[in-house]
Amino acid sequence: MFGYILRRLVATIPVMGVVAVLVFLMLRLTPTDPAAIIAGDNANSEQVAEIRKRLGLDQPIHTQFVIWANKTLHGDFGESFFFKKQVAELIGDRLEPTLSLAVMTITLAVLIAVPLGVLAAYRHGGWLDRIVMGFSVLGFSVPVFVIGYALIYVFAIELAWLPVQGYQRISLGIGGWLQRLILPAVTLSVIYVALIARITRTSVLEVMNEDYIRTARAKGQTERKVLVRHALANAAVPIVTVVGLGVALLIGGVVVTESVYTIPGLGRLTVDAVLARDYPTIQAVILLFSLSYVLINLVVDLTYTFFDPRIRY
Amino acid sequence: MGFLGKRLVAPLTIAAVALLGAPAHAENTLRAVMHSDLKILDPIWTTAYIVRDHGYMVYDTLFAQDDKGEIKPQMHDTYDVSADKLVYTFHLRDGLFWHDGPPVTAEDCVASIRRWAAKDATGQKMMSFVTGIDALDAKTFTIRLKEPTGLVLIGLGKPSSNVPFMMPKRVAETDPNTQISDFTGSGPFIFQRDEWRPGDKTVYVKNPRYVPRAEPASGLAGGKVVNVDRVEWRAISDAQQAVNALLAGEIDYVETPKHDLLPLLKQDAGIKLWDYNPLGNQYAFRPNQLQKPFDNARVRQALWYAFNQKDFLDAAIGDPDYYKTCKAMFVCGAALASDKGMDGLLESNFKRAHELLSDGGYDGTPIVLMQSTDLDVLTNLAPVAKSLMEKAGFKVDMQSMDWQTLVARRAKKDPANAGGWHAFLTSWVAADITNPIAAAFFNSACDKALFGWPCDPQMEKLRDDFARETDPAKQKAIAEAVQLQATTMTPHINLGQWYQPIAARRSVSGLLTAPVPVFWNVAVN
Amino acid sequence: MTIEAIPAAAEAPPQAHRPSTLRGVLRNPSVLIGAVIVAFLAVIGALAPMLGTIDPAEINPVFRNKKPGVERSIRDADGSERRFVHRFGTDTLGRDVYSRVVYGARVSLTIGVTVAVLSVGIGLLIGLVTGYIRWIDGIIMRFMDGLMAIPAILLAMGLVSLSRAGLLAVVIAIVVPEVPRVVRLVRSIVLSIREEPYVEAAITLGTPTPTLLVRHVLPNTIAPLLVQGTFTCASAILIEAVLSFLGIGIPPETPTWGNIMAEGRSLFRIYPHNIFYPGVFLACAVLAINMLGDGLRDTLDPRFAKRM
Repeated sequence: MFGYILRRLVATIPVMGVVAVLVFLMLRLTPTDPAAIIAGDNANSEQVAEIRKRLGLDQPIHTQFVIWANKTLHGDFGESFFFKKQVAELIGDRLEPTLSLAVMTITLAVLIAVPLGVLAAYRHGGWLDRIVMGFSVLGFSVPVFVIGYALIYVFAIELAWLPVQGYQRISLGIGGWLQRLILPAVTLSVIYVALIARITRTSVLEVMNEDYIRTARAKGQTERKVLVRHALANAAVPIVTVVGLGVALLIGGVVVTESVYTIPGLGRLTVDAVLARDYPTIQAVILLFSLSYVLINLVVDLTYTFFDPRIRY
Repeated sequence: MGFLGKRLVAPLTIAAVALLGAPAHAENTLRAVMHSDLKILDPIWTTAYIVRDHGYMVYDTLFAQDDKGEIKPQMHDTYDVSADKLVYTFHLRDGLFWHDGPPVTAEDCVASIRRWAAKDATGQKMMSFVTGIDALDAKTFTIRLKEPTGLVLIGLGKPSSNVPFMMPKRVAETDPNTQISDFTGSGPFIFQRDEWRPGDKTVYVKNPRYVPRAEPASGLAGGKVVNVDRVEWRAISDAQQAVNALLAGEIDYVETPKHDLLPLLKQDAGIKLWDYNPLGNQYAFRPNQLQKPFDNARVRQALWYAFNQKDFLDAAIGDPDYYKTCKAMFVCGAALASDKGMDGLLESNFKRAHELLSDGGYDGTPIVLMQSTDLDVLTNLAPVAKSLMEKAGFKVDMQSMDWQTLVARRAKKDPANAGGWHAFLTSWVAADITNPIAAAFFNSACDKALFGWPCDPQMEKLRDDFARETDPAKQKAIAEAVQLQATTMTPHINLGQWYQPIAARRSVSGLLTAPVPVFWNVAVN
Repeated sequence: MTIEAIPAAAEAPPQAHRPSTLRGVLRNPSVLIGAVIVAFLAVIGALAPMLGTIDPAEINPVFRNKKPGVERSIRDADGSERRFVHRFGTDTLGRDVYSRVVYGARVSLTIGVTVAVLSVGIGLLIGLVTGYIRWIDGIIMRFMDGLMAIPAILLAMGLVSLSRAGLLAVVIAIVVPEVPRVVRLVRSIVLSIREEPYVEAAITLGTPTPTLLVRHVLPNTIAPLLVQGTFTCASAILIEAVLSFLGIGIPPETPTWGNIMAEGRSLFRIYPHNIFYPGVFLACAVLAINMLGDGLRDTLDPRFAKRM
């Protein structure tokens, strides 16, 4: 097992290498010149050239890449072209809101979707089943921002139960933090509830037809034990897979949700950075997201052993 | 209480406190949403309005315009002008200190003026008359001229970008093309650097050591008394959400509520709308005179006949309460406004436009018109321009991009179909363009002009004459001549004036009428 | 992911079951409903000029932000006047929302289908190659892993900023992140089929590789790729809407459901028609396509229900 983890970790290196090269190239190929933007409206071409030099943009691409890669591996993500701060500091500031949103969303989604899916499977063919399936397809057919605006309209404006926007740091009070996160988390979790409920239902359904379920029932197990201990546990692998996939897909939704609810997280940072052609920030953020995707997949694979003892690494 | 009870008191209390949140701040805070997020902190290096607004928080100026547009002293008690009008002497007033302690000295001012003049167009023009700026002692400095000019006062009292803010000597000695990294000022607010989160919020606190002038605040002049403890600029980029937050009481002040949302705000009793800038703003269409076909004066002139102001204003602003068609290039409501030379122009006379196009030999080259998509008040302009130009006989290729990209691209002199451009639209704060020197688009010094690069020696002569003239009646005559000249060589087309009210909760009082949104005098109850 | 279940399709000999599968497909209610709705929307888009629409890009500043039901008179090319009702209201530039939504069907659906076809096509090609040629396999799969590690939205954002925003840029930006998924799928099919006895037999007989691919591998990829394609189509339409929302989608002169909503978002509270109508159409289209995919997956391979 340990050897497996080690091997997987080593395997992430070439993947991250590919990501690094891809991101770097992609940015350098854009036609806009960040030096011109930084130089400002009234700069002449000498001033632009000087800024180019200062930023190291006049070097050949492979040299730039090596310098950047070297610095990154030492933890120096450079200074943002536009915000007068170190990229690492910018990212550090924004980590808490995004993590809070992500964790809340996944927790909410799993807590709602898994029981829903199990129930739907259990009452296969009944009205609950149809409703769950119906709503789940709807859930991932509507764009996130539309769901967001609709929820804001109902809960924040008409009913005024919750704030319209904003984020409060945990250090300033859990109540406020929670209150502000509810609508964004619910908005974002709709898609995941849909996905996870479906896959739960399908997996549990499949598993329900297996022999060992019949045996468990024949043995006199309560339905609840049958569902949870046997069905769910065996269906867990695909469910966990989807949750893992979902966490990775979360980033796309986070970007939009943070924009709608004005949450100062990494998603909005990325949008701002892309629009401003802020290379160091874009590179750092994409690397960070890619790394977390890869590591989350690793964790997901490891949890398989917990759910399915047949799987051994 | 019992064994368990006693043990639970402490953790429960902590939990309760944590859940209920930290106790409310005793200080009062004004939470504002400005038109843009603050990323750059050097108001000399850039003309961006948000940075100028930041400048007014943190820095002070030698002169300032009051609400009548008159230039009044701010950082000095008195100033003398020699009989031959060639020497100005300034005496700084008492009570001016930098945020980190030391008093403001004349040397600081001298360095700051130099840095500002190096970048700003009016400043540059002013420096062409100056033979020397020197500090005589800690509180006195002089400006010596080679010939008389009104530009010293006009320049040092300039209300909008770039504003000649006073900075400590060590900061003002930074090269004008490099951004400063020390934000010490002597103004009524102190910038909280460690609380600054670009893209999220910017925080200012009251400067307890600031000594305001005795007279009441008027415009940008007078005593800058701060009535709040803290001002927070929050970045909410979604216009609808900013208004939602204001209506819900989560925000106290929105600088630029979208005009279409004003009805929503008008109907709420808890909100008031305040037009802080009665002169408003002016839209402008800028052709690129380096590129065919706009190198031909007739083709450019056709634009005067293709456009009409109402269509642009309707599309961008919508509510006639908040716009005004005004043919005067130097702004209706300001001293130099005049309709001279504007008969028949800006009335969408397509027939005449067609005639001018064929006179100018227009061969159908598509005009590359840049449209910015992320600034609400500008987005709708380009489509209207395209539609009117096409009716007038132009072929138009409208390209959409965000404002940053547009700004980068408009600096390029490449051919339009290879990364260059033919035309774009923008807006100026009226206070910036009330005379031919300050109005940057009139500068026709070919290569030294602003992007668009008009080239006309006659126009430059007229502007020079204006710079030398100190008699207001003669200044007006020259301004009219400038306008007349503009109708033939077309440096830009003015497309009407529009007004942007602030929306604030009724608990906010003390809002001032000035060309710039300022936060002294403002209180939150 | 290390656990990759063997595609069930590989276990069935390819040719024999085709006819009954087709019938099975057509009888599935999800497929029927989904296909009908999609066809309906496609027809609407195709017949756009004939459905009582006006030029979707025609701006009319005087009539901006009017609620649905507003009437006005239009002067036609021949000078005659007629009355026109803005069924869905007008947007912030005075354009008719109904016309934009109907024309938008064309673009949105085209984007969906183009992205699906391109990503499946490219993925198929690459997948076949990597499945067969060992030494390229390692390199290409590392590259695909890297590509998949970058979040799709961020990759799309980066790609769009590489050039002017436009139909082609957006399509490419959505296709690129989808390709690795298809490649993995095809590759796993190829790898498992390669072990089949009949394939080994064919190789021994000296069948050239291209014939092998076409005759044995390709038919087994059709079903899973069809399913994958429909989901990609649905996802592409949604991603286009998100890109428009972020300000880097297709410029508004070409209406898509996504950019109509994106433009109207700041007026949501007073003029909800800008978001409501295109939103409903978009949701219906994506819903229908998802249902179609679901149905196809259930009928073409019941064991696919296990995997997403």
